[in-house]
Amino acid sequence: MSTTTANHGHGPSGSAPSDGVTRRDMLLIATGAVGAVGVGTVVWPLISSMSPDASTLALSSTEIDISKIEAGQIVTVKWRGNPVFVRHRTPKEIKDAEATPMSDLKDPQTDAQRVQKPEWLIVIGICTHLGCVPLGHDGPFDGWKCPCHGSVYDVSGRIRSGPAPLNLAVPTYAFLTDTKVKIG
Amino acid sequence: MSGASTYVPKNPVLRWFESRLPVVGLVHSSFVVFPNPRNLNYFWTFGGILAFMLVCQIVTGVVLAMHYTPEATLAFASVEHIMRDVNYGWMLRYIHANGASMFFIAVYVHIARGMYYGSYKAPREVLWILGLIIFLLMMATAFMGYVLPWGQMSFWGAKVITSLFSAIPVVGDAITVWLWGGYSVGNATLNRFFSLHYLMPFMIAGVVVLHIWALHVPGSNNPVGVEVKSKKDTLPFHPYFTVKDGLALSVFMVFFAYFVFFIPNYLGHSDNYIEANPLVTPAHIVPEWYFLPYYAMLRAVPSKLGGVCALFGSILILAFMPWLDTSRIRSSNFRPIYRAFLFVFFADVFVLGYCGSQEPQGAIVLVSQVATAWYFIHLLLITPAMGFFETPRQLPASITEAVLGPRMAGGSGAFAAARTAASPSVDG
Repeated sequence: MSTTTANHGHGPSGSAPSDGVTRRDMLLIATGAVGAVGVGTVVWPLISSMSPDASTLALSSTEIDISKIEAGQIVTVKWRGNPVFVRHRTPKEIKDAEATPMSDLKDPQTDAQRVQKPEWLIVIGICTHLGCVPLGHDGPFDGWKCPCHGSVYDVSGRIRSGPAPLNLAVPTYAFLTDTKVKIG
Repeated sequence: MSGASTYVPKNPVLRWFESRLPVVGLVHSSFVVFPNPRNLNYFWTFGGILAFMLVCQIVTGVVLAMHYTPEATLAFASVEHIMRDVNYGWMLRYIHANGASMFFIAVYVHIARGMYYGSYKAPREVLWILGLIIFLLMMATAFMGYVLPWGQMSFWGAKVITSLFSAIPVVGDAITVWLWGGYSVGNATLNRFFSLHYLMPFMIAGVVVLHIWALHVPGSNNPVGVEVKSKKDTLPFHPYFTVKDGLALSVFMVFFAYFVFFIPNYLGHSDNYIEANPLVTPAHIVPEWYFLPYYAMLRAVPSKLGGVCALFGSILILAFMPWLDTSRIRSSNFRPIYRAFLFVFFADVFVLGYCGSQEPQGAIVLVSQVATAWYFIHLLLITPAMGFFETPRQLPASITEAVLGPRMAGGSGAFAAARTAASPSVDG
C-alpha cells in the first residue's frame, strides 16, 4: 500500500513524470528491497541452525580429579567431544620444556605461558594440522607425535616439526583445589 | 536434443499427448535418431556406464536408507543390522559401496578419454566444465557417504577432510565448527552428512541433464577429432550405439559383480569395521582409493594452507583446460609429443595415488613432492607450450575418410590412408 501512496507524488499513474521515474520503477525497487530482506531473514536461520546447538553448548565444562595421575603419566579426558591431555610432567620434562630456546620454535611460546603449574600440562589433544589425536610419549622430544601426517610436539605441546602450524591449544581451565581441575 | 526429430507417433493417444508435451519426441531425437560420429571407440561407452552407475547408486541408496539410522550411537550397529538381518542387505550394501568405486573408475576413464581426445576444446568447453561440476559433486557425495557407517575410518576421514577448512585464514576455525555443528565431528555432523548424501545424487542427476544437453548441441567428439562434415560421417544412436553401449555396460557389470560377490571389502579398509572412537586415531589414516592422488598432494606441500590449495587447485585447474591447451588439434593421436607427455601425466597421477596410500616418510615425501610439481607443470607450462612447439601430424579430411580410406570416402589426398592405418584407436 505504501508504494502506491508514495507514487502519488509523481502524478497520475500510467503517465511518465518529467524526472523519468515511473510507478513501475518504484514497484521494482520496493519489491526488490522487500525480497532481499525476506531472503536474508529466511537464509540466516537456516545457516544459524547448523551451528552448535544449545545442548552442545551446555556441555562446555568438565571437572577432573588429578590426584591419581602419577608423574610421567598422560591421561586423556573428553571435553566438548574432543580429547584433552592432562600430563603430569617429571622434573626432567619440566627442565627440558623450560630450557628450549625460542629460536627452535615454529610458534614461539615459553613453557610458562602454557602452564599454570609446571608439573601439570593441560592441552587439547587435537593436532593443529588436520585434527588427528597425537600419540603421547612419542617422537624425538618424547612429547607427542601425530600418526596422520607426522607432526612432532615437545613436552610442552609445542610444534617442533611436521606440517602442523601451531602448538597444541591450551583450553581455559582452573585448579579448583590441588587435586581438582575444571576445564572450560 | 538439437538433433532433428521427424518423430510422429502412430498411436492416436500418443499423438494427442505428444502435441501437448513432446517428451517422447525429445527422447526419440536424443537417444534414437541422434547422429553420432561413426568412428566412436569403446572409450565413448563410459558416459552410458556412468549414467547407469548413478541410477544404480540412487536405487540401492534409497533402499539402504530405509534400514539405516543416522545417529552417532546407532549408526554403526544399523549398518551391521543391514549386513546380518535385512534380506539381501549385505548385497545392497556391497553393491552401493563397491558401486561408488566403479563410479569413480568409470569417471576417471571418462575424464582421461576427454583429455586424450581433446574433447574439452571449442565448442565443448561448457560441456567439459559441467562434467567437472558433476565430478566435484560426486567427490562430495562419496566423502559424505563414507562417513555414514561411523567406523574409525569414517570418523577420522571426516575429521581430516573437514579440518581442511580450518586452513582458511581468520574465519577457518569458525567455519569448521559450523560445518561440524559442534566442537568436533559428532552426531550433528553425521546427521547433516546423511541429509546431504541423500540430496547430492539428485543434484548430480540435474547437472547430468545439462551435461547431455550441452553434449547434444555440438554432438560427440570422436577419436580423430575432426568435426562431422556430412551425414556419411554419422550413424544413428539406435541401434548402433545403444548396442555398443549395452555391450560395454554388460562387460563392466561382470567386473563390478566380481568385486561385489568375491572381493567386496578389497577396496575398503578393515579399520572401518571398528566403531568410531573420537579419542583414538587409527595408526594409518588413508582415504578411499579414488581420493589418494589428492591426498598425496595435500601432504606433499609442507604448509597447511599450501597443501589445501594444492588439493583444490589440482581439480579447479582442469576447468581451464580448454584455454590452457593452445593446440587446435583435438585428438592426441595426431600430436606425437603431447601424447607422450599426456601418458607421463597419467602415470604421474598413478604415482601420486601410490604415494597417497603410503606413510609420509623418507622417499615417499620427495616422490610425492616431485609428482605434485609435475602435475602442475604439465597443465600450466607443457600443455600451453605444446601448441606452439609441436608439429601435428596430418589430419584426415573427414571421419569417413579416417574409417574407410580416401577412395571409399571419395575424399582427396593419398596420405590419409597411411595415416589412418597407422592409427590403432580408430576402430569404429
